[in-house]
Amino acid sequence: MAIFLTSESKVIVQGMTGSEGRKHTQRMLTSGTTVVGGVNPKKAGETVEFTGADGAPVQVPVFGSVAEAVKETGADVTVIFVPAAGTKSAAIEAIDAEVPLVVVITEGVPVKDTAEFFAHAQAKGTSRVIGPNCPGLITPGASNAGIIPADITPAGRIGLVSKSGTLTYQMMYELADFGFSTCVGIGGDPIIGTTHIDALAAFQADPDTDAIVMIGEIGGDAEERAAAFIKEHVTKPVIGYVAGFTAPEGKTMGHAGAIVSGSSGTAQAKKEALEAAGVKVGRTPSETAALAREVMKSLA
Amino acid sequence: MDLYEYQARDLFESHGVPVLPGLVATTPEEARAAAEKLGAGVDGKVVVVKAQVKVGGRGKAGGVKVAKSPDEAEARAKDILGMDIKGHTVHKVMIAAGADIATEYYVSLLLDRAERRYLAMASVEGGMEIEQLAVERPEALARVAVDPITGIDAAKADEIVKTAGFGEDVAAQVADVLVKLGTVYRKADATLVEVNPLVLTGDGRVVALDGKVSLDDNASFRHPDTAALAEEEAAAGDPLEAKARASHLNYVKLDGEVGIIGNGAGLVMSTLDVVAQAGEEFGGVKPANFLDIGGGASAQVMANGLDVILGDPQVKSVFVNVFGGITACDEVANGIVQALEILGDEATKPLVVRLDGNNVVEGRRILAEAAHPLVTVVDTMDGAARKAAELAAA
Repeated sequence: MAIFLTSESKVIVQGMTGSEGRKHTQRMLTSGTTVVGGVNPKKAGETVEFTGADGAPVQVPVFGSVAEAVKETGADVTVIFVPAAGTKSAAIEAIDAEVPLVVVITEGVPVKDTAEFFAHAQAKGTSRVIGPNCPGLITPGASNAGIIPADITPAGRIGLVSKSGTLTYQMMYELADFGFSTCVGIGGDPIIGTTHIDALAAFQADPDTDAIVMIGEIGGDAEERAAAFIKEHVTKPVIGYVAGFTAPEGKTMGHAGAIVSGSSGTAQAKKEALEAAGVKVGRTPSETAALAREVMKSLA
Repeated sequence: MDLYEYQARDLFESHGVPVLPGLVATTPEEARAAAEKLGAGVDGKVVVVKAQVKVGGRGKAGGVKVAKSPDEAEARAKDILGMDIKGHTVHKVMIAAGADIATEYYVSLLLDRAERRYLAMASVEGGMEIEQLAVERPEALARVAVDPITGIDAAKADEIVKTAGFGEDVAAQVADVLVKLGTVYRKADATLVEVNPLVLTGDGRVVALDGKVSLDDNASFRHPDTAALAEEEAAAGDPLEAKARASHLNYVKLDGEVGIIGNGAGLVMSTLDVVAQAGEEFGGVKPANFLDIGGGASAQVMANGLDVILGDPQVKSVFVNVFGGITACDEVANGIVQALEILGDEATKPLVVRLDGNNVVEGRRILAEAAHPLVTVVDTMDGAARKAAELAAA
């Protein structure tokens, strides 16, 4: 089952003909993802040759619009690689075409643009947005929508949700012996389409997920809100990690949303809120993985 | 990026928000000339000399003074320029026309991260720190949700004015200011536009007396002028941060001894934490910086990163922490070896390297074969942090 993304998912790539889009489309295909098309109005009607999971060449068609791609292929996932200046219009095009899952990989999108396309998605009510500034999501062994390396971990029964890409990879690697149902990188921007809470709710409802690892970082109060949600609605064990205890006030730490403002958004406050909700919080990624391992063993 | 008050004033003015005349000065002489232009001393007119710093509490620190004449303005500017306010040196003052204040209000528009839209706040009780008002008298601070697509239109402005309880005498003027601040917010790609105080003058005009504006760095490609300002400011700031910026590296200088290089913002933040924890054992050794070299991590990027870190005299050891996700560890290992060749004798401090992930065996083999005398390879992140802290304390 997994969440958001399954072996049935049909994926299109907006920006497939650019260098990043092309590279990652190949990686997605190699890992067995069903990529059914790309979108580029200037190259509509052309095809791009990739190598399929079986090593044989695959011709992926390029469509002039998302709507056309959806009509021709039945795509239900789009992965957006277009540059920041064009991300808003690409996302709005996907939302207007009612693609159920819109994954925005692009980094450096102005927050006004994200606020606007997210408000549009909410008003329309037919698309889930993940990102921007995220690595996407993977359901190991089934489908991979984004840039998460597919060979780190096999399928398993842990769900993972994280603001950070590399910490996602690190955690997948540390717990590869148990494997994951789905790993979702929700992104580190101030406004993101899918939150920790959305992913927690989906994992709670997913019969293929036994425990959830949640990775947060400084900035905003998403982790505190997630803690309140866990207390009320999540019965599966949750293991947490928060990055940024040593971050100084007022400095952006790499991710646009990772900033401690005054006394709000600190890692300490997030850790305390999660622990108060019964979440086991590790002090380091390895300790967090060890906690998750204990939980999985106790469930076996 | 936060704007200085005078930049916010100019931005407001260009969008029709009512402001008082104000001129920026960097020397006492310029301050005198500005005061003359504003008519200080003529018919009892006063000006205010205001320190331009990006930190609150400048009034209490003595950074805001009234002057009754150009002479006085020059003297006050001389006092204020060069002053240290909470660690910020004053390089500029704004000479502002004096205001006849009848009432003070508060208005702002900001990003609401949790609700993923905008939030307008307004209060008829201005003049105090808004954080204080929000805690002590939350009912006096109106909070109105603003849709990012429609922004503050006339109807929304009316709603904010009514919710905050502005009197009928000023309602229309305040609503007009709100609509224009909404335009400033969207046109300038702001994440915060705050007016504190918004004042009613003795002659019945509503004027923005002091403003704070934060701009979205991600939108700088749409605003070449402010982007240039940001570059200028970075160049004048911490020299290591300026050097890193010139190499397009994501670097933040911290006060510690272990230089940090990693890939990915989350992993680097986590690395700082792990080093600080490990450092407790070694007399409180701390991380010296945040440096994210991103996904690629080529030899040149690695060399640039090491060059910045080794330029920090506080650094005693360096911890390179890379998880090979998209990047393969053998490429990273080659990058480290080549970076050390590029740096040659410039590389003088011990390096602890932890590689994991994609092609890790080959990566570790390359480092072992190179056997650089400065490099120690440790297999785990926690173990490597401990080693780096130990070397920094030695």
